[in-house]
Amino acid sequence: MKVYADNAATTKISKTALDAMMPCYTEIYGNPSSLHQVGQEAFHAVRDAREMMAKCLNCDTDELYFTSGGSESDNWAIKGAAHLMAKKGKKHIISSKFEHHAVLHTLNALEKEGFEITLLDVYENGLVKVEDVKNAIREDTALVTVMYANNEIGTVQPIREIGAVCREKGVLFHTDAVQAVGHIPVDVKADNIDMMSLSGHKFHGPKGIGALYCKKGIRLPNLIEGGAQERNRRAGTENVPAIVGMAAALKEACDNMEENTKKLVAMREQLINGILKIDASRINGDRDHRLPGNVSACFEGVEGESLLLYLDLAGISASSGSACTSGSLDPSHVLLAIGLPHEVAHGSLRLSICEENTPEQMDYIIEQLPPIINRLRDMSPLWERIQNERK
Amino acid sequence: MEYSEKVMEHFTHPHNVGKIDDADGVGEVGNAKCGDIMKMYLKIDNGIITDVKFNTYGCASAIATSSIATDMIKGQPVSEALKLTNKAVVEALDGLPAVKIHCSVLAEQAIKAAVRDYYDKNGIEYDEAEFHFNEEHHH
Ligand SMILES: Cc1ncc(COP(=O)(O)O)c(C=O)c1O
Ligand SMILES: [Zn+2]
Repeated sequence: MKVYADNAATTKISKTALDAMMPCYTEIYGNPSSLHQVGQEAFHAVRDAREMMAKCLNCDTDELYFTSGGSESDNWAIKGAAHLMAKKGKKHIISSKFEHHAVLHTLNALEKEGFEITLLDVYENGLVKVEDVKNAIREDTALVTVMYANNEIGTVQPIREIGAVCREKGVLFHTDAVQAVGHIPVDVKADNIDMMSLSGHKFHGPKGIGALYCKKGIRLPNLIEGGAQERNRRAGTENVPAIVGMAAALKEACDNMEENTKKLVAMREQLINGILKIDASRINGDRDHRLPGNVSACFEGVEGESLLLYLDLAGISASSGSACTSGSLDPSHVLLAIGLPHEVAHGSLRLSICEENTPEQMDYIIEQLPPIINRLRDMSPLWERIQNERK
Repeated sequence: MEYSEKVMEHFTHPHNVGKIDDADGVGEVGNAKCGDIMKMYLKIDNGIITDVKFNTYGCASAIATSSIATDMIKGQPVSEALKLTNKAVVEALDGLPAVKIHCSVLAEQAIKAAVRDYYDKNGIEYDEAEFHFNEEHHH
Protein backbone atom coordinates (compact mmCIF):
# COMPACT_ATOMS: atom_id res chain seq x y z
CA MET A 1 0.00 0.00 0.00
CA LYS A 2 1.18 3.55 -0.75
CA VAL A 3 0.37 6.25 1.80
CA TYR A 4 1.42 9.85 1.39
CA ALA A 5 1.32 11.28 4.92
CA ASP A 6 3.58 14.30 4.52
CA ASN A 7 1.05 16.94 3.54
CA ALA A 8 2.57 19.51 5.90
CA ALA A 9 5.72 19.38 3.75
CA THR A 10 3.74 19.79 0.57
CA THR A 11 0.54 18.57 -1.05
CA LYS A 12 -0.39 17.03 -4.35
CA ILE A 13 -1.93 19.58 -6.66
CA SER A 14 -5.70 19.13 -6.93
CA LYS A 15 -7.35 18.35 -10.24
CA THR A 16 -9.43 21.51 -9.93
CA ALA A 17 -6.28 23.61 -9.54
CA LEU A 18 -4.47 21.88 -12.39
CA ASP A 19 -7.46 22.20 -14.71
CA ALA A 20 -7.66 25.91 -13.94
CA MET A 21 -3.94 26.32 -14.63
CA MET A 22 -3.62 24.52 -17.95
CA PRO A 23 -5.25 27.21 -20.13
CA CYS A 24 -2.85 29.76 -18.60
CA TYR A 25 0.00 27.88 -20.27
CA THR A 26 -1.68 27.08 -23.55
CA GLU A 27 -3.98 30.04 -24.29
CA ILE A 28 -3.84 32.78 -21.68
CA TYR A 29 -0.06 33.10 -21.87
CA GLY A 30 0.14 36.88 -22.16
CA ASN A 31 1.80 39.29 -19.76
CA PRO A 32 -0.86 40.90 -17.56
CA SER A 33 0.91 44.25 -18.01
CA SER A 34 0.47 44.17 -21.82
CA LEU A 35 -2.32 46.25 -23.26
CA HIS A 36 -3.19 43.91 -26.12
CA GLN A 37 -5.94 41.34 -25.82
CA VAL A 38 -3.71 38.38 -25.04
CA GLY A 39 -2.24 40.37 -22.16
CA GLN A 40 -5.62 41.57 -20.98
CA GLU A 41 -6.90 38.02 -20.75
CA ALA A 42 -4.04 37.23 -18.37
CA PHE A 43 -4.77 40.44 -16.47
CA HIS A 44 -8.37 39.33 -16.01
CA ALA A 45 -7.29 35.87 -14.87
CA VAL A 46 -5.12 37.39 -12.14
CA ARG A 47 -7.88 39.81 -11.16
CA ASP A 48 -10.44 37.01 -10.88
CA ALA A 49 -8.02 34.86 -8.85
CA ARG A 50 -7.43 37.72 -6.44
CA GLU A 51 -11.16 38.24 -6.01
CA MET A 52 -11.67 34.57 -5.32
CA MET A 53 -8.95 34.51 -2.68
CA ALA A 54 -10.04 37.76 -1.04
CA LYS A 55 -13.51 36.25 -0.55
CA CYS A 56 -12.04 33.13 1.10
CA LEU A 57 -9.97 35.22 3.53
CA ASN A 58 -12.54 38.00 4.07
CA CYS A 59 -10.33 40.85 2.87
CA ASP A 60 -10.44 43.36 0.02
CA THR A 61 -8.71 42.56 -3.26
CA ASP A 62 -6.32 45.47 -2.85
CA GLU A 63 -5.10 44.05 0.46
CA LEU A 64 -3.75 40.92 -1.18
CA TYR A 65 -0.29 40.73 -2.81
CA PHE A 66 0.99 37.72 -4.71
CA THR A 67 4.48 36.55 -3.80
CA SER A 68 6.75 33.57 -4.52
CA GLY A 69 5.53 31.73 -1.40
CA GLY A 70 5.41 31.62 2.38
CA SER A 71 9.07 32.45 2.89
CA GLU A 72 8.92 35.61 0.82
CA SER A 73 5.70 36.74 2.49
CA ASP A 74 7.24 36.24 5.95
CA ASN A 75 10.39 38.11 4.96
CA TRP A 76 8.45 40.96 3.43
CA ALA A 77 5.99 41.42 6.28
CA ILE A 78 8.55 41.19 9.07
CA LYS A 79 11.40 43.17 7.51
CA GLY A 80 8.93 45.68 6.10
CA ALA A 81 7.12 46.25 9.40
CA ALA A 82 10.41 46.44 11.29
CA HIS A 83 11.86 49.07 8.99
CA LEU A 84 8.60 51.01 8.87
CA MET A 85 8.32 51.19 12.64
CA ALA A 86 12.03 51.82 13.20
CA LYS A 87 11.46 55.26 11.69
CA LYS A 88 9.22 55.93 14.68
CA GLY A 89 11.91 54.70 17.06
CA LYS A 90 10.26 51.32 17.62
CA LYS A 91 12.82 48.52 17.39
CA HIS A 92 11.39 45.71 19.50
CA ILE A 93 9.76 42.61 17.97
CA ILE A 94 7.83 39.86 19.75
CA SER A 95 7.54 36.35 18.34
CA SER A 96 7.53 32.75 19.57
CA LYS A 97 10.22 30.14 20.04
CA PHE A 98 8.80 27.66 17.55
CA GLU A 99 8.20 29.77 14.45
CA HIS A 100 9.21 28.49 11.02
CA HIS A 101 12.77 29.34 10.00
CA ALA A 102 11.38 31.79 7.44
CA VAL A 103 10.38 33.87 10.47
CA LEU A 104 13.17 33.00 12.93
CA HIS A 105 16.02 33.55 10.48
CA THR A 106 14.45 36.83 9.36
CA LEU A 107 14.36 37.89 13.01
CA ASN A 108 18.02 36.88 13.40
CA ALA A 109 18.90 39.13 10.49
CA LEU A 110 16.98 42.01 12.07
CA GLU A 111 18.70 41.41 15.40
CA LYS A 112 22.03 41.96 13.65
CA GLU A 113 20.66 45.26 12.36
CA GLY A 114 20.00 46.34 15.93
CA PHE A 115 16.43 45.21 16.57
CA GLU A 116 15.61 43.58 19.88
CA ILE A 117 13.77 40.28 19.68
CA THR A 118 11.63 38.64 22.38
CA LEU A 119 10.73 35.00 21.72
CA LEU A 120 7.79 33.83 23.79
CA ASP A 121 7.58 30.42 25.43
CA VAL A 122 5.20 27.90 23.89
CA TYR A 123 5.03 25.62 26.91
CA GLU A 124 4.57 21.85 26.92
CA ASN A 125 1.31 21.99 24.99
CA GLY A 126 2.80 24.09 22.17
CA LEU A 127 0.56 27.11 22.70
CA VAL A 128 1.49 30.77 23.12
CA LYS A 129 -0.25 32.43 26.07
CA VAL A 130 -2.15 35.61 25.26
CA GLU A 131 -1.15 36.97 28.68
CA ASP A 132 2.51 36.57 27.72
CA VAL A 133 1.99 38.60 24.56
CA LYS A 134 0.27 41.33 26.57
CA ASN A 135 3.07 41.41 29.13
CA ALA A 136 5.82 41.46 26.53
CA ILE A 137 4.48 44.49 24.63
CA ARG A 138 6.46 47.67 25.36
CA GLU A 139 6.36 51.31 24.31
CA ASP A 140 8.90 50.54 21.59
CA THR A 141 7.34 47.31 20.30
CA ALA A 142 7.16 47.49 16.51
CA LEU A 143 5.58 44.15 15.70
CA VAL A 144 4.14 40.94 17.08
CA THR A 145 4.49 37.91 14.80
CA VAL A 146 3.04 34.56 15.92
CA MET A 147 2.29 31.67 13.59
CA TYR A 148 -1.32 30.59 13.12
CA ALA A 149 -0.57 26.87 13.26
CA ASN A 150 2.73 25.14 13.86
CA ASN A 151 4.12 23.13 10.96
CA GLU A 152 5.58 20.33 13.06
CA ILE A 153 3.25 19.71 15.97
CA GLY A 154 0.15 21.26 14.42
CA THR A 155 -0.93 23.35 17.40
CA VAL A 156 -3.30 26.20 16.54
CA GLN A 157 -2.54 29.46 18.36
CA PRO A 158 -5.08 31.85 19.92
CA ILE A 159 -4.63 34.23 16.99
CA ARG A 160 -7.87 36.19 17.39
CA GLU A 161 -7.06 36.94 21.04
CA ILE A 162 -3.45 37.85 20.30
CA GLY A 163 -4.70 40.10 17.49
CA ALA A 164 -7.12 41.79 19.89
CA VAL A 165 -4.32 42.52 22.36
CA CYS A 166 -2.20 44.01 19.58
CA ARG A 167 -5.08 46.19 18.38
CA GLU A 168 -5.69 47.40 21.92
CA LYS A 169 -2.02 48.29 22.35
CA GLY A 170 -1.65 49.73 18.84
CA VAL A 171 1.04 47.24 17.76
CA LEU A 172 1.24 45.70 14.28
CA PHE A 173 0.37 42.00 14.17
CA HIS A 174 1.60 39.52 11.56
CA THR A 175 0.82 35.83 11.44
CA ASP A 176 2.44 33.08 9.37
CA ALA A 177 -0.71 31.22 8.39
CA VAL A 178 1.00 28.92 5.88
CA GLN A 179 -0.19 25.77 7.68
CA ALA A 180 -3.61 27.15 8.57
CA VAL A 181 -5.06 28.65 5.40
CA GLY A 182 -7.25 26.14 3.57
CA HIS A 183 -7.27 23.83 6.60
CA ILE A 184 -9.09 25.74 9.33
CA PRO A 185 -11.33 28.83 9.09
CA VAL A 186 -9.21 31.97 8.72
CA ASP A 187 -10.89 35.37 8.62
CA VAL A 188 -8.43 38.27 8.67
CA LYS A 189 -11.04 40.74 9.93
CA ALA A 190 -12.55 38.63 12.71
CA ASP A 191 -9.06 37.41 13.66
CA ASN A 192 -7.69 40.98 14.07
CA ILE A 193 -4.81 40.32 11.68
CA ASP A 194 -2.78 43.16 10.13
CA MET A 195 -0.54 41.00 7.92
CA MET A 196 -0.72 37.35 7.02
CA SER A 197 1.48 34.98 4.99
CA LEU A 198 0.16 32.03 3.03
CA SER A 199 1.54 29.53 0.55
CA GLY A 200 -0.20 27.74 -2.33
CA HIS A 201 1.46 24.34 -2.10
CA LYS A 202 0.17 23.64 1.42
CA PHE A 203 -3.46 23.40 0.28
CA HIS A 204 -3.19 21.47 -3.00
CA GLY A 205 -2.14 24.48 -5.06
CA PRO A 206 1.14 24.82 -6.98
CA LYS A 207 4.58 25.41 -5.42
CA GLY A 208 6.49 28.67 -5.61
CA ILE A 209 3.42 30.87 -5.19
CA GLY A 210 1.96 32.54 -2.13
CA ALA A 211 0.44 35.74 -0.92
CA LEU A 212 0.73 38.39 1.71
CA TYR A 213 -2.37 39.99 3.13
CA CYS A 214 -1.57 43.52 4.26
CA LYS A 215 -4.30 45.59 5.81
CA LYS A 216 -5.14 48.85 4.08
CA GLY A 217 -3.22 51.81 5.45
CA ILE A 218 -0.05 49.92 6.40
CA ARG A 219 2.67 51.40 4.17
CA LEU A 220 4.93 48.40 4.11
CA PRO A 221 8.18 49.19 2.26
CA ASN A 222 8.90 46.97 -0.76
CA LEU A 223 11.06 43.88 -0.52
CA ILE A 224 11.33 43.18 -4.26
CA GLU A 225 11.99 46.31 -6.30
CA GLY A 226 11.42 46.59 -10.04
CA GLY A 227 8.35 46.88 -12.25
CA ALA A 228 4.96 48.19 -11.26
CA GLN A 229 3.27 44.85 -10.67
CA GLU A 230 1.06 44.30 -7.61
CA ARG A 231 0.17 47.99 -7.48
CA ASN A 232 3.84 49.01 -7.27
CA ARG A 233 4.41 46.93 -4.15
CA ARG A 234 5.92 43.69 -5.42
CA ALA A 235 7.82 43.66 -8.70
CA GLY A 236 8.06 40.78 -11.16
CA THR A 237 5.91 39.46 -13.99
CA GLU A 238 3.04 37.59 -12.38
CA ASN A 239 3.17 33.79 -12.34
CA VAL A 240 -0.30 33.68 -13.87
CA PRO A 241 -0.82 29.88 -13.95
CA ALA A 242 0.33 29.52 -10.35
CA ILE A 243 -1.83 32.40 -9.15
CA VAL A 244 -4.87 30.95 -10.90
CA GLY A 245 -4.10 27.45 -9.55
CA MET A 246 -3.61 28.70 -5.99
CA ALA A 247 -6.93 30.57 -6.06
CA ALA A 248 -8.80 27.55 -7.42
CA ALA A 249 -7.20 25.31 -4.77
CA LEU A 250 -8.05 27.72 -1.96
CA LYS A 251 -11.66 28.05 -3.03
CA GLU A 252 -11.99 24.28 -3.24
CA ALA A 253 -10.39 23.84 0.19
CA CYS A 254 -12.65 26.45 1.79
CA ASP A 255 -15.81 25.12 0.10
CA ASN A 256 -15.11 21.62 1.42
CA MET A 257 -13.56 22.55 4.74
CA GLU A 258 -16.35 21.39 7.00
CA GLU A 259 -16.65 18.01 5.34
CA ASN A 260 -12.87 17.55 5.11
CA THR A 261 -12.37 18.47 8.75
CA LYS A 262 -14.81 15.82 9.93
CA LYS A 263 -13.07 13.18 7.89
CA LEU A 264 -9.58 14.29 8.88
CA VAL A 265 -10.27 14.54 12.60
CA ALA A 266 -11.67 11.00 12.60
CA MET A 267 -8.55 9.68 10.83
CA ARG A 268 -6.24 11.73 13.04
CA GLU A 269 -7.78 10.31 16.21
CA GLN A 270 -7.62 6.83 14.72
CA LEU A 271 -3.87 7.31 14.20
CA ILE A 272 -3.30 8.85 17.62
CA ASN A 273 -5.12 6.02 19.37
CA GLY A 274 -3.12 3.45 17.45
CA ILE A 275 0.18 5.18 18.19
CA LEU A 276 -0.51 5.52 21.91
CA LYS A 277 -0.86 1.73 22.13
CA ILE A 278 2.85 1.48 21.32
CA ASP A 279 5.09 1.24 24.40
CA ALA A 280 6.97 4.45 25.36
CA SER A 281 5.23 6.63 22.78
CA ARG A 282 3.81 10.13 23.15
CA ILE A 283 1.81 12.64 21.15
CA ASN A 284 3.29 16.15 20.91
CA GLY A 285 1.25 19.31 21.26
CA ASP A 286 -2.19 20.11 22.62
CA ARG A 287 -4.74 17.43 21.79
CA ASP A 288 -7.62 19.86 21.14
CA HIS A 289 -6.08 22.95 19.60
CA ARG A 290 -4.48 21.25 16.64
CA LEU A 291 -4.76 21.04 12.87
CA PRO A 292 -7.24 18.40 11.70
CA GLY A 293 -4.56 16.56 9.73
CA ASN A 294 -1.53 16.68 12.05
CA VAL A 295 -0.17 13.86 14.18
CA SER A 296 3.18 14.42 15.87
CA ALA A 297 4.58 11.56 17.93
CA CYS A 298 7.80 10.50 19.65
CA PHE A 299 9.01 6.95 20.25
CA GLU A 300 11.69 6.49 22.89
CA GLY A 301 14.82 4.61 21.99
CA VAL A 302 14.20 5.05 18.27
CA GLU A 303 15.92 7.49 15.94
CA GLY A 304 13.59 9.43 13.65
CA GLU A 305 15.44 9.19 10.35
CA SER A 306 15.74 5.41 10.52
CA LEU A 307 12.06 5.17 11.39
CA LEU A 308 11.17 7.46 8.50
CA LEU A 309 13.22 5.44 6.00
CA TYR A 310 11.86 2.07 7.12
CA LEU A 311 8.34 3.51 6.83
CA ASP A 312 9.24 4.70 3.35
CA LEU A 313 10.22 1.15 2.40
CA ALA A 314 6.76 0.11 3.55
CA GLY A 315 5.26 2.72 1.21
CA ILE A 316 4.54 5.34 3.85
CA SER A 317 5.86 8.90 3.34
CA ALA A 318 6.24 10.82 6.60
CA SER A 319 8.75 13.20 8.19
CA SER A 320 10.77 13.58 11.37
CA GLY A 321 12.34 16.36 13.40
CA SER A 322 15.38 14.31 14.41
CA ALA A 323 18.80 15.95 14.18
CA CYS A 324 19.70 13.76 11.28
CA THR A 325 16.77 14.94 9.20
CA SER A 326 17.10 18.58 10.20
CA GLY A 327 20.56 18.76 8.64
CA SER A 328 22.00 20.06 11.90
CA LEU A 329 23.31 18.44 15.04
CA ASP A 330 20.27 19.38 17.08
CA PRO A 331 16.78 17.98 16.78
CA SER A 332 14.05 20.36 15.66
CA HIS A 333 13.80 23.64 17.58
CA VAL A 334 10.04 23.09 17.78
CA LEU A 335 10.36 19.88 19.79
CA LEU A 336 13.01 21.45 22.03
CA ALA A 337 10.75 24.49 22.52
CA ILE A 338 7.98 22.30 23.98
CA GLY A 339 10.52 20.99 26.46
CA LEU A 340 11.33 17.57 25.04
CA PRO A 341 14.79 16.24 25.98
CA HIS A 342 17.13 15.81 23.00
CA GLU A 343 16.99 12.03 23.10
CA VAL A 344 13.17 12.01 22.94
CA ALA A 345 13.06 14.66 20.23
CA HIS A 346 15.38 12.53 18.05
CA GLY A 347 12.64 9.89 17.95
CA SER A 348 9.97 12.09 16.43
CA LEU A 349 7.59 11.28 13.62
CA ARG A 350 5.18 13.63 11.89
CA LEU A 351 2.25 12.21 9.95
CA SER A 352 0.27 14.89 8.14
CA ILE A 353 -2.77 13.65 6.31
CA CYS A 354 -5.21 15.13 3.81
CA GLU A 355 -8.76 14.35 2.70
CA GLU A 356 -7.46 12.00 0.02
CA ASN A 357 -6.15 9.63 2.68
CA THR A 358 -8.44 6.84 3.87
CA PRO A 359 -9.20 5.09 7.17
CA GLU A 360 -7.75 1.91 5.59
CA GLN A 361 -4.47 3.75 5.11
CA MET A 362 -4.50 4.78 8.77
CA ASP A 363 -4.97 1.12 9.71
CA TYR A 364 -2.04 0.25 7.49
CA ILE A 365 0.21 2.83 9.20
CA ILE A 366 -0.84 1.53 12.63
CA GLU A 367 -0.10 -2.00 11.49
CA GLN A 368 3.32 -1.14 10.00
CA LEU A 369 4.61 1.00 12.87
CA PRO A 370 5.05 -1.56 15.69
CA PRO A 371 7.25 -4.08 13.83
CA ILE A 372 9.47 -1.28 12.52
CA ILE A 373 9.77 0.30 15.96
CA ASN A 374 10.49 -3.10 17.52
CA ARG A 375 13.15 -3.83 14.94
CA LEU A 376 14.89 -0.52 15.64
CA ARG A 377 14.54 -0.90 19.40
CA ASP A 378 15.98 -4.41 19.22
CA MET A 379 19.22 -2.97 17.89
CA SER A 380 19.16 0.22 19.99
CA PRO A 381 21.62 0.54 22.89
CA LEU A 382 19.53 3.50 24.06
CA TRP A 383 16.41 1.34 24.29
CA GLU A 384 18.44 -1.28 26.19
CA ARG A 385 19.42 1.42 28.67
CA ILE A 386 15.83 2.66 29.00
CA GLN A 387 14.67 -0.91 29.65
CA ASN A 388 17.34 -1.40 32.31
CA GLU A 389 16.39 1.84 34.01
CA ARG A 390 12.76 0.74 34.09
CA LYS A 391 13.59 -2.48 35.95
CA MET B 1 20.24 14.71 0.14
CA GLU B 2 20.53 11.22 -1.22
CA TYR B 3 22.07 7.98 0.07
CA SER B 4 24.07 5.64 -2.15
CA GLU B 5 22.64 2.24 -3.03
CA LYS B 6 25.30 0.68 -0.87
CA VAL B 7 24.20 2.68 2.17
CA MET B 8 20.57 1.71 1.63
CA GLU B 9 21.53 -1.92 1.19
CA HIS B 10 23.38 -1.98 4.53
CA PHE B 11 20.70 0.09 6.24
CA THR B 12 17.84 -2.13 5.11
CA HIS B 13 19.72 -5.40 5.63
CA PRO B 14 22.41 -4.65 8.19
CA HIS B 15 25.03 -7.35 8.77
CA ASN B 16 26.20 -8.48 12.21
CA VAL B 17 23.36 -6.95 14.22
CA GLY B 18 23.11 -8.24 17.76
CA LYS B 19 25.08 -8.84 20.92
CA ILE B 20 27.73 -11.32 22.05
CA ASP B 21 27.04 -12.43 25.61
CA ASP B 22 30.58 -13.64 26.29
CA ALA B 23 32.32 -10.92 24.29
CA ASP B 24 36.04 -10.36 24.87
CA GLY B 25 35.72 -6.65 24.27
CA VAL B 26 32.76 -4.25 24.33
CA GLY B 27 32.85 -0.60 23.32
CA GLU B 28 30.11 2.00 23.41
CA VAL B 29 30.46 5.49 21.93
CA GLY B 30 28.27 8.44 21.10
CA ASN B 31 25.44 9.76 23.22
CA ALA B 32 21.70 10.08 23.13
CA LYS B 33 21.82 13.86 23.05
CA CYS B 34 23.44 13.82 19.61
CA GLY B 35 21.13 11.12 18.38
CA ASP B 36 23.67 8.34 17.80
CA ILE B 37 24.97 5.58 20.06
CA MET B 38 26.99 2.64 18.80
CA LYS B 39 27.87 -0.45 20.82
CA MET B 40 30.37 -2.94 19.44
CA TYR B 41 30.96 -6.51 20.71
CA LEU B 42 34.15 -8.40 19.77
CA LYS B 43 35.06 -12.06 20.12
CA ILE B 44 38.84 -12.37 19.93
CA ASP B 45 40.85 -15.56 19.58
CA ASN B 46 44.66 -15.51 19.33
CA GLY B 47 44.63 -11.86 18.32
CA ILE B 48 42.07 -12.48 15.56
CA ILE B 49 38.55 -11.03 15.59
CA THR B 50 36.53 -14.19 15.13
CA ASP B 51 33.13 -12.60 15.63
CA VAL B 52 31.71 -9.12 15.85
CA LYS B 53 28.21 -7.78 16.52
CA PHE B 54 26.79 -4.30 16.92
CA ASN B 55 23.83 -2.41 18.34
CA THR B 56 23.22 1.07 17.03
CA TYR B 57 20.76 3.80 17.85
CA GLY B 58 20.98 6.34 15.06
CA CYS B 59 20.20 7.34 11.54
CA ALA B 60 20.59 5.33 8.33
CA SER B 61 24.16 6.54 7.99
CA ALA B 62 25.05 5.34 11.49
CA ILE B 63 23.44 1.92 10.96
CA ALA B 64 24.99 1.39 7.50
CA THR B 65 28.40 2.42 8.82
CA SER B 66 28.14 -0.04 11.71
CA SER B 67 27.17 -2.82 9.32
CA ILE B 68 29.97 -2.33 6.81
CA ALA B 69 32.63 -1.62 9.44
CA THR B 70 31.86 -4.89 11.23
CA ASP B 71 32.17 -6.69 7.88
CA MET B 72 35.54 -5.05 7.32
CA ILE B 73 37.08 -6.18 10.60
CA LYS B 74 35.57 -9.66 10.91
CA GLY B 75 38.34 -12.29 10.62
CA GLN B 76 41.04 -9.62 10.79
CA PRO B 77 43.85 -9.37 13.34
CA VAL B 78 43.12 -6.82 16.06
CA SER B 79 46.10 -4.77 14.87
CA GLU B 80 44.46 -4.43 11.43
CA ALA B 81 41.08 -3.51 12.90
CA LEU B 82 42.73 -0.65 14.76
CA LYS B 83 43.91 0.77 11.44
CA LEU B 84 40.37 1.02 10.07
CA THR B 85 39.66 4.67 9.36
CA ASN B 86 36.42 6.53 9.02
CA LYS B 87 37.51 7.48 5.51
CA ALA B 88 37.85 3.84 4.46
CA VAL B 89 34.41 3.05 5.87
CA VAL B 90 32.80 5.95 4.02
CA GLU B 91 34.55 4.93 0.79
CA ALA B 92 33.33 1.37 1.17
CA LEU B 93 29.80 2.76 1.34
CA ASP B 94 30.34 4.65 -1.95
CA GLY B 95 30.32 7.88 0.00
CA LEU B 96 27.96 9.66 2.37
CA PRO B 97 26.21 13.04 2.08
CA ALA B 98 28.43 15.74 3.61
CA VAL B 99 26.03 16.41 6.48
CA LYS B 100 26.16 12.72 7.38
CA ILE B 101 29.91 12.24 7.73
CA HIS B 102 29.71 13.08 11.44
CA CYS B 103 27.36 10.13 12.05
CA SER B 104 29.84 7.72 10.49
CA VAL B 105 32.79 8.56 12.74
CA LEU B 106 31.25 6.39 15.44
CA ALA B 107 32.13 3.05 13.83
CA GLU B 108 35.87 3.63 13.94
CA GLN B 109 35.54 4.87 17.51
CA ALA B 110 33.38 1.96 18.65
CA ILE B 111 35.85 -0.58 17.31
CA LYS B 112 38.71 1.16 19.08
CA ALA B 113 36.73 1.36 22.31
CA ALA B 114 35.96 -2.37 22.11
CA VAL B 115 39.61 -3.28 21.45
CA ARG B 116 40.76 -1.12 24.33
CA ASP B 117 38.25 -2.86 26.57
CA TYR B 118 39.73 -6.18 25.44
CA TYR B 119 43.27 -4.95 26.15
CA ASP B 120 42.26 -3.64 29.58
CA LYS B 121 40.51 -6.87 30.53
CA ASN B 122 43.50 -8.95 29.49
CA GLY B 123 46.21 -6.73 30.90
CA ILE B 124 47.65 -6.10 27.44
CA GLU B 125 49.72 -2.95 27.25
CA TYR B 126 48.99 -0.40 24.56
CA ASP B 127 49.89 3.04 23.37
CA GLU B 128 47.26 5.49 24.59
CA ALA B 129 47.77 7.62 21.47
CA GLU B 130 46.36 4.87 19.30
CA PHE B 131 42.99 5.32 20.98
CA HIS B 132 42.86 9.04 20.92
CA PHE B 133 39.40 10.34 20.25
CA ASN B 134 36.79 12.32 22.08
CA GLU B 135 34.39 9.78 23.52
CA GLU B 136 32.07 12.37 24.95
CA HIS B 137 31.18 14.08 21.76
CA HIS B 138 31.86 12.71 18.33
CA HIS B 139 30.96 15.86 16.46
C1 LIG C 1 4.75 27.60 8.86
C2 LIG C 1 5.46 27.75 7.55
N1 LIG C 1 5.91 28.96 7.19
C3 LIG C 1 6.55 29.16 6.03
C4 LIG C 1 6.79 28.13 5.15
C5 LIG C 1 7.52 28.39 3.87
O1 LIG C 1 6.66 28.40 2.78
P1 LIG C 1 7.22 28.28 1.30
O2 LIG C 1 7.73 26.91 1.14
O3 LIG C 1 6.03 28.55 0.43
O4 LIG C 1 8.27 29.32 1.14
C6 LIG C 1 6.35 26.84 5.50
C7 LIG C 1 6.59 25.69 4.59
O5 LIG C 1 7.44 24.85 4.83
C8 LIG C 1 5.67 26.65 6.72
O6 LIG C 1 5.24 25.44 7.10
ZN1 LIG D 1 23.08 10.57 12.08
